[in-house]
Amino acid sequence: MSSSNNKISALGQTLRTDWQLYLLLAPMVIWFIVFLYTPMAGLQIAFKDFSLFKGIYGSTWVGFEHFQTLFNDELFLRSIGNTFLISLYSLLFAFPMPIILALMFNELHHAVFKKTAQTIAYLPHFISVVIVAGMVVSFLSPTTGIVNLVLEYFGFEKTYFLTNPEYFRPIFIGSTMWKEAGFESIVYLAAIAGVNPSLYESARVDGASRWQQIWRITLPSILPTIIIMLIIRIGNLVEVGFEYIILLYQPATFETSDVISTFIYRVGLQGSQYDIATAAGLFNAVIAFILVYSANRISRKLSSSSLW
Amino acid sequence: MSGFNLYSRGDKVFGVVNATLLTLFVLSTLYPFIYIAASSISSGLAVTSGDVLLLPKDITFAAYDRVLSDPVFWTSYANTLFYTIFGTLVSLAIIIPGAYALSRKRLIGRRYLNFFVAFTMWFHAGMIPFFLNIRDLGLLDSRIGILIAFACTAFNIILLRNFFESIPESFEEAAKMDGANEFTLLWKVYIPLSKPALVTIALFCIVARWNGYFWAMVLLRDEDKIPLQVYLKKIIIELNMDDQFASSLINSDYSFETIVAAIIVASIIPVLAVYPYLQKHFNKGIMMGGVKE
Repeated sequence: MSSSNNKISALGQTLRTDWQLYLLLAPMVIWFIVFLYTPMAGLQIAFKDFSLFKGIYGSTWVGFEHFQTLFNDELFLRSIGNTFLISLYSLLFAFPMPIILALMFNELHHAVFKKTAQTIAYLPHFISVVIVAGMVVSFLSPTTGIVNLVLEYFGFEKTYFLTNPEYFRPIFIGSTMWKEAGFESIVYLAAIAGVNPSLYESARVDGASRWQQIWRITLPSILPTIIIMLIIRIGNLVEVGFEYIILLYQPATFETSDVISTFIYRVGLQGSQYDIATAAGLFNAVIAFILVYSANRISRKLSSSSLW
Repeated sequence: MSGFNLYSRGDKVFGVVNATLLTLFVLSTLYPFIYIAASSISSGLAVTSGDVLLLPKDITFAAYDRVLSDPVFWTSYANTLFYTIFGTLVSLAIIIPGAYALSRKRLIGRRYLNFFVAFTMWFHAGMIPFFLNIRDLGLLDSRIGILIAFACTAFNIILLRNFFESIPESFEEAAKMDGANEFTLLWKVYIPLSKPALVTIALFCIVARWNGYFWAMVLLRDEDKIPLQVYLKKIIIELNMDDQFASSLINSDYSFETIVAAIIVASIIPVLAVYPYLQKHFNKGIMMGGVKE
């Protein structure tokens, strides 16, 4: 009792002497409460029959009814499957790419070429997804797109790639890689820059080839960074660039392109079924949290690197 | 180094293969930009018949005339400038003092406050509760809403906090000796010392504001308020689905494709103009604190 009283008086003391510090902190804390924590209270409508008139707090509880609806909804189940497949494929193909690029940049000894190559590689990151989608649409257009013109020249048939579900994932992952792989390599280049140069010198004296130096020195040295990026990536698995998917997908490709976030967007924001969409969102967020938590746990067991 | 063979033959082959692969990568990164630029100043017919692969053909600026004569294009351009400039200022006004306070070791409850910020990186309420919250706050279809609702990210705050923490405490002690309070300390000592970090965070904000489309599309109804990316989305994506519109344009000086190309070029030019400046800074910024072990 007295210790908590002491704490309170100590807090009062620092508030008096350090009020300026708390004043500086206040806008940020208020912002987080208003824009990120208040919506968390809104999550309760996942368990309510939400009515616009009664509001979030006045609506009646319905328990897990919305979750039952969702898990009987083939479209929702399909979106879960698509989310995991797209994530899995981008983990397999898009995740290693920036690592490989960073290793390649690092082996480039011509300074001007190196700088030019990096400048160009980073550039697409600064282009909006709307423009990237515009470029993809324009390149893949069935009548005038350059890809189809080339296919036609070599005697193949023209294909409307964007209406064919089979092509959606390669197009999505490929264009995302075009946009981000170069820029993501920066993080690994930063890690490589931190490797102790004497390691390379002694390896060279021992006669290690450049290939061996990459495998024996560079890769092991940047492994902690790779693991942290992997954990972050796993945490974002269920997010899968939905802002970009919305631009690129159409009803004809929903079969392979509709992910949980785009499902929430259509059902919630376009269809105004707020409660069901919130339930889907909550499911999404909980899975994301479990994924990043377990990835972190596993990584802490296997190696020394972890996010917390 | 004479007499010491740095590279064996295998290493030289390795170097050549590496440079070749990187050259291919760079060319494939660059090609879409070149193609779009070339199409934008070619005739609609030349693009439609596939004559434009690398260089422009039948050079004409008809597509630009058409794009630049659309008043909505200019309104949305002005809106984007507004959201980018003021949005970034709002972000910095909240992030800088917040990150500074978090970096002070004597701050009571510092651990909890750090968790309070970082937790939002891993868990957030999601699209619908966020939207309903904005609606309840009366910020739907509001320019102010766009400016403040997207001001902070936990990532930017943590990045800046880490940088502030790396500044030696002796600076603080010396300034306090001279009678500086927290505000002058932040303004006169910490901000000037943190220029690279601040520029990096400002750049992150600028890029996010300039390129953001999703929430602007969801929250803004009024055409007078939409930013450039929402306008682009309407023209490029929605009209592309509209076959009638596309075919109505073919065979004139411009076609749907050349108009899209011209819009893309017009909206990329400012990015390209500031890019050299951008590049100088983000490299340093990301190395600084993006990933901490």
